[in-house]
Amino acid sequence: MAEMHLDTHAPSFQQDIKELAEDLLRKIDDGDLGKVVEVVNSINDVRDRTLYEEIGKLTRGLHEAIKNLKAGDELSEQTGMVQASDKLSYVMEMTDKAANKTMDLVEEGMPLNSEIQGGAEELHEEWQKFLRKELAPDDFRILSKKIDKYLLKTQMSSKKISSNLSDILMAQDFQDLTGQVINRVTKLVTEVESRLVDLVAMAGEVDRITGITHTEPSSNDIPQDGSENVTAEGPQTDTSLDGVVGGQDDVDDLLSSLGF
Amino acid sequence: MKILVVDDFSTMRRIVKNLLRDLGFTNTQEADDGLTALPMLQTGEFDFLVTDWNMPGMTGLDLLKHVRADDKLKTLPVLMVTAEAKRDQIVAAAQAGVNGYVVKPFTAAVLKEKIEKIFERVEGL
Repeated sequence: MAEMHLDTHAPSFQQDIKELAEDLLRKIDDGDLGKVVEVVNSINDVRDRTLYEEIGKLTRGLHEAIKNLKAGDELSEQTGMVQASDKLSYVMEMTDKAANKTMDLVEEGMPLNSEIQGGAEELHEEWQKFLRKELAPDDFRILSKKIDKYLLKTQMSSKKISSNLSDILMAQDFQDLTGQVINRVTKLVTEVESRLVDLVAMAGEVDRITGITHTEPSSNDIPQDGSENVTAEGPQTDTSLDGVVGGQDDVDDLLSSLGF
Repeated sequence: MKILVVDDFSTMRRIVKNLLRDLGFTNTQEADDGLTALPMLQTGEFDFLVTDWNMPGMTGLDLLKHVRADDKLKTLPVLMVTAEAKRDQIVAAAQAGVNGYVVKPFTAAVLKEKIEKIFERVEGL
């Protein structure tokens, strides 16, 4: 990746202007107006030339930045940004799939577990009767058939639950895959940011030569937090921040302080 | 007891529905944002609303405001289950008339506790 260099001509621009200014003063002292105008024109030339150079650099920098965003897949027409959003869509897809797969397996396993539990409770009750010698011989024959059936069914259900549990375990592999993708997107965003910082520095050089000043956005432009325009912000990733609750207990405390 | 579960993520709707089923509430329906939820609620079929806050179309807070502004729906119990965790937001939801507020990620026990608390209060009225 070619590095963009900040202006190396700036000192020579200053040097040129300084020399020309000294020359201008000398010519004024000499009283040679024709020469004075010539020097003023040279000063303008130097300024214009430097300005064109800087704007040229800025344009090249922009071009390069855009080209770099496209890097990664030379053959495709997709830019890095399009790829990044595709990658994030992939993350969404993967997490959605994993969550649904896990829930499918859990929903399948839960009734099996209930059956095992219910059957065991029922058998235990009757077994207690047998131990207390309250069971008639005919009832015992029914009970032993029930026990046989229950053991067989429990074997099958347990096998199914075990296999679901290991499938649930495997469904967590999305964390690794999506983590890698997110890391790559994070890298791209960081790169874009540093390119933008370079471009801002280049544009600053143009501003310096042309004498353009930009007004900083005033604090009035930043939306203030007012209770009347509270909007959704999504999950807070840093609960240590001011005004962010640490969890459900804080929510409950806050609500009870409001009379809930 | 018919419950409407509103969340833009189908997995979260599924989790909430599963937890509600474990609590014995089997009659649930889903909507993916306030705009689809509101006409469903206006049929008058629902006894309880569980909603997320951050959704495209109409947010949960706006849905809550619409519900409270509707003569037929204004007493409907509303539980907000959301990742929004700023004090200002919780206060705003309380001011808009929410009956309970659960922050994600949450546990089954917390959801159960909040739902039971809401029903206790509703029945006590």
